[in-house]
Amino acid sequence: MAASGAAFIGFVLGHMYGNLKAFGGQEKFNEYAHHLRELGEPLLPYEGFIWIMRVGLLAALIVHVVCAVVLARRAGQARTVKYAVKKNKGSSLSSRTMRWGGATLLLFIIWHLVNFTFGKVNVQTGETGAAAGDPYSLLVDTFDVWWMTIIYLVAMVALAFHLHHGTWSALQTLGLTNTASSRQRAKTAGWVLAVVVAGGFSAVPLSVLLGIIEK
Amino acid sequence: MAGSTLHDGLTPLNGPSNQISDDAQGFYVLGENIVDPVAPAGPIKDRWTTRKFENRLVNPANRRKLDIIIVGTGLAGGAAAATLGEAGYNVKSFCYQDSPRRAHSIAAQGGINAAKNYKEDGDSTFRLFYDTVKGGDYRARENNVYRLAEVSANIIDQCVAQGVPFAREYGGLLDNRSFGGVQVSRTFYARGQTGQQLLIGAYQAMERQVAAGTVEQFTRHEMLELIVVDGKARGIVTRDMVTGAIETHLADVVVLASGGYGNVFYLSTNAMGSNVTAAWRAHRKGAYMANPCYTQIHPTCIPVTGSHQSKLTLMSESLRNDGRIWVPKNVADCEKDPREIPEEDRDYFLERIYPSFGNLVPRDIASRAAKYMCDEGRGVGPQVAEIGPDGEQRMVRRGVYLDFADAIARLGKHGVEEKYDNLLDMYARITGENPYETPMRIYPAVHYVMGGLWVDYHLQSNIEGLFVTGEANFSDHGANRLGASALMQGLADGYFVLPNTIRDYLADGPFEKVAADHPEVVAAQRAVEERVSKFLAIQGTRSVESYHKELGAIMWEYCGMERTEEGLKLAISKIRELRADFWTNVKVLGASDNLNQDLEKAGRVADFLELGELMCVDALNRRESCGGHFRGESQTEDGEALRHDEEFAYVAAWEWGGDSNEGGQPVLHKEDLIYTAIEMKQRSYK
Amino acid sequence: MKLTLKVWRQANATAQGEIKTYPLDGVSPDMSFLEMLDLLNEQLVTQGEEPVAFDHDCREGICGMCSLMINGEAHGPEVTTTCQLHMRSFSDGDTITIEPWRADPFPVIKDLVVDRSAFDRIIQSGGFISANTGSAPEANSVPAPRDKAMRAFNVATCIGCGACVAACPNGSASLFLGAKITHLGELPQGQPERWSRVVDMVGQHDHEGFGGCTNIGECASACPKEIPLDVISQLNKDLRTAMKQGL
Ligand SMILES: Cc1cc2nc3c(=O)[nH]c(=O)nc-3n(C[C@H](O)[C@H](O)[C@H](O)COP(=O)(O)OP(=O)(O)OC[C@H]3O[C@@H](n4cnc5c(N)ncnc54)[C@H](O)[C@@H]3O)c2cc1C
Ligand code: HEM
Ligand code: HEM
Ligand code: SF4
Ligand code: F3S
Ligand code: FES
Repeated sequence: MAASGAAFIGFVLGHMYGNLKAFGGQEKFNEYAHHLRELGEPLLPYEGFIWIMRVGLLAALIVHVVCAVVLARRAGQARTVKYAVKKNKGSSLSSRTMRWGGATLLLFIIWHLVNFTFGKVNVQTGETGAAAGDPYSLLVDTFDVWWMTIIYLVAMVALAFHLHHGTWSALQTLGLTNTASSRQRAKTAGWVLAVVVAGGFSAVPLSVLLGIIEK
Repeated sequence: MAGSTLHDGLTPLNGPSNQISDDAQGFYVLGENIVDPVAPAGPIKDRWTTRKFENRLVNPANRRKLDIIIVGTGLAGGAAAATLGEAGYNVKSFCYQDSPRRAHSIAAQGGINAAKNYKEDGDSTFRLFYDTVKGGDYRARENNVYRLAEVSANIIDQCVAQGVPFAREYGGLLDNRSFGGVQVSRTFYARGQTGQQLLIGAYQAMERQVAAGTVEQFTRHEMLELIVVDGKARGIVTRDMVTGAIETHLADVVVLASGGYGNVFYLSTNAMGSNVTAAWRAHRKGAYMANPCYTQIHPTCIPVTGSHQSKLTLMSESLRNDGRIWVPKNVADCEKDPREIPEEDRDYFLERIYPSFGNLVPRDIASRAAKYMCDEGRGVGPQVAEIGPDGEQRMVRRGVYLDFADAIARLGKHGVEEKYDNLLDMYARITGENPYETPMRIYPAVHYVMGGLWVDYHLQSNIEGLFVTGEANFSDHGANRLGASALMQGLADGYFVLPNTIRDYLADGPFEKVAADHPEVVAAQRAVEERVSKFLAIQGTRSVESYHKELGAIMWEYCGMERTEEGLKLAISKIRELRADFWTNVKVLGASDNLNQDLEKAGRVADFLELGELMCVDALNRRESCGGHFRGESQTEDGEALRHDEEFAYVAAWEWGGDSNEGGQPVLHKEDLIYTAIEMKQRSYK
Repeated sequence: MKLTLKVWRQANATAQGEIKTYPLDGVSPDMSFLEMLDLLNEQLVTQGEEPVAFDHDCREGICGMCSLMINGEAHGPEVTTTCQLHMRSFSDGDTITIEPWRADPFPVIKDLVVDRSAFDRIIQSGGFISANTGSAPEANSVPAPRDKAMRAFNVATCIGCGACVAACPNGSASLFLGAKITHLGELPQGQPERWSRVVDMVGQHDHEGFGGCTNIGECASACPKEIPLDVISQLNKDLRTAMKQGL
């Protein structure tokens, strides 16, 4: 769980960095997308890196979801009779909503891949596949639609929550929080990552919607 | 050891006792004197070593075929189960809690003594031996105490190897402190949770044997009868407290490590479930009960707040090192906020009466002094109901101040916090008062019983095959126990003594197994079933709890800190009445085939109602004051305890003689205490 | 004080349970929570109703026997055990819901009493140091660094009450487990069995049916002995080291 989660964290950081290139304009962004596909050449074939990454991500996703399901089932079986009254006094909301957040993210990722990678659906023009435009146009067209932006922003809230607890949790699971101070640092790291990543991702759709980024 | 000479243990230093007084006449029958049949002789320092060597061995192949029942999983029982299991015997272990780890030993706070002499302050086996015998006011058997002192050092080694986290110095070596007015630093401790840590060590060692298959553990099982076949203890009858099943468990030898019976007083520092049932059932089957009246009253407990009180909480004695004890000089001030009582109106009574020891006088002296202050009407805190010497109910304030104001002025609040914060926090939690601002209130409470089943040097009772260890036996503390020595005794018995003595008994095995349908087995089981049904059948009007409370009030008033002939006789008649009423008017609801806590309690209270009477008879017979037993009729001019060694240097071992309500009388067997290594001295703390 | 108590009543392990409501008058703020229940029981006995069964023994916060979920909080609103909780933490007129620990590895025996023998079995699986009686070396022959000994002591104070399990949304016993792993793992004497211990104990924990830890942290705030969350981190770390060693 922690390893796959950590892999995701690495990915979203990189991905966020890539997305922020959108502020550099159409060329920069597309170049970046293209560059990704050339990465590692000639050692790797064209799109080699991206496929390795995809396989890795898919594996991590499977591990992550399987672990999540197993944990959820174990938790369910460990308490089949619920409390009539139960208070929470030592936990964050994010820690208790990991499963909902995770499910939201899963739905989001499916749609997101349809949207940008495999289906390439341009909700504005209704075109799909190569016709949907280059990555930059697709991006801008997508977020010019207000409800698309909302979907993405909701997902980013889920991501923020997930990361807030997930970061601390992964560090704890990896056994790196053996003192009160390291525990505090891990919690801070959770906050920072949540704000930076969710904030960083949200910057692009918001900017498009507000017209800061345009074609 | 000022003024004492070392003796080699080869010549008796006193003669047999010759009792002249007979206060308990009419309440008992005098039986024959007894001697410890396996008492060793020779130079005192060699006795245990020689005995260990002489005791016969059991062939490892035979051990598996030998079944040992151990009732109790405290320090004494848990350590024994671990050790005997490890040796390869077939052990069955019983406790009434849901886990062996919860035995009452867990509550011990202060520490455990051991003659390690790590501080090079002159400690030695002999000095620990001497202090313990003197502390017990010369009413303990010197053989047993010497052995205890001798194995004490091994206990620390054993516990450390198990992972008991004792306090350590900066260099990583073990720390110790001085405790209970002793001049040397020999008490090992784990903050205020020594008993917990020692018990967890023993528990884990025992669980390891459960995993290894040598120990089988029966939790929530209460022993309700001893099975004696052909004069030998061969098993027990238990009730499974969850299913209510009455079961018999047979074995080759039975060990009782069932703890103390301080709860006969209702209010004590003992756990709610602590009881005398295991020991008392054995007593009724013929085992002698020795010195039942020896009770230790601890001076620093949190006072009673009202009739709802279910138990009392101990505050470590270490508080007396820095706190000053006082009451108002004037009765009129007792209701006032103590901070408003000026210095000149306060009576620091311990410092006044005992100028050289002050607040650090021994437990019994400090306790009695507090009682007298409250009897005079100068107690503080809420008024609580109690029965007075005349048998009438009255309202009295039972509490004295333990004041940290001077200590705070001297050490600063921080300094006091550093030393005592866990205790002061506990006080604040229980009373809702802030001890840094207002003086704490304390009062003595029943804490430990030195009496218990009679055992010989091998810890075997007078019933063959019945061994008794820990607080359940009478052996090592005489009339009073020094702080930090009960833990020592429990572990000494469990790890080192019993495993070395029981093998001498088991060497005769393997024994012929007792059949489950043997008439004695069937009869014992039936007796328990009938008793259980009887409780449920009475269907009277009074709760079990109310009988226990009333018995406790009687015991505390007449057989507590000060005992008199008149009071004890009154108590005996009151207990008899109460017991008769109990058996006709108690109300136990529910069924016997599932968890029924009232039913469990009924059995325990029924036994307390018999034990209480025997304690009074024992106290009545012993017309002397020694250690924790203070007879009003036997005091010096200054009001100090006065022993009568010529009359009473003996162990009073009582044989069951039937219920007194049906004309029975207990039989007294005396075992003379002959010292060969130490001379008896009157103590003085003035 | 006057209270309304809503108490879980269940006749035995297999019976259907339900919450019953009892009014209770004459409660003093100086009573402990359990003394308040004693009062309720006296009242029930007088009315001819079977008293409420609840576990307790030492009543001074050390044996770990008491175990109540009070208004949704394990051991109630203060950081202490139920037996050390006093009624002055409540107000006149309060309604208090009292339930047993809820976790399938802690089946209800009756009313508020549960079976916690799963904890014993976890200890049996490896929560000890194998030191045969009589074979121990002189205690001071192996010094233990003071800071490690302190940490060991701090977590060795676990009383095995199970509040951590009761509070954990996943029904995990990781705090209990971590406390023992850390206690024994911090001491020099605990090293030889350190790696097999953690693997065996975690295996038994999972086998008993406790949930997995997702680091929610309710356990540590319910723990009356304030066992810190870092014991779970230690547990994970030791487990990882053990797995690297192929255990
Ligand atoms: C508050 C407090 C503080 C103390 N502090 C200290 C201290 O600092 N130093 C010191 O040396 N001593 C101290 N003592 C005394 C010491 O703790 C005890 O004397 C000692 O622990 C007793 O150990 P034990 O093994 O004999 O019995 P216990 O630990 O009492 O164990 C009794 C066992 O017997 C079982 N049992 C009892 N009856 C039955 C039955 N009928 N059927 C089945 N099982 C049964 C119980 O389940 C339990 O397992 C203290 C005592 C108290 C109360
Ligand atoms: C695909 C959909 C996802 C699902 C279903 C999902 C679900 C979960 C669940 C249920 C947990 C569990 C445990 C807990 O409650 O702490 C968890 C933990 C975690 N998740 Fe996700 N998650 C998903 C995606 C992600 C993503 C995209 C990231 C990172 C950006 C991520 C990072 C983490 C981290 C770091 C943890 C903590 C791991 C640990 O405790 O060891 N997850 N996830
Ligand atoms: C507002 C935020 C986001 C934007 C604007 C965005 C944008 C994009 C774009 C444009 C692509 C296509 C890139 C390409 O094909 O070269 C892409 C791919 C992808 N995105 Fe996002 N993304 C966002 C958030 C996320 C999040 C939160 C996740 C995961 C949790 C995610 C996971 C992915 C994945 C897995 C791919 C596919 C990569 C591949 O295999 O080609 N994205 N994203
Ligand atoms: S870790 Fe805390 S809550 Fe859990 S069993 Fe131990 S003492 Fe109880
Ligand atoms: S609450 Fe549960 S999820 Fe882990 S941190 Fe505590 S065991
Ligand atoms: S009753 Fe022992 S901890 Fe509460």
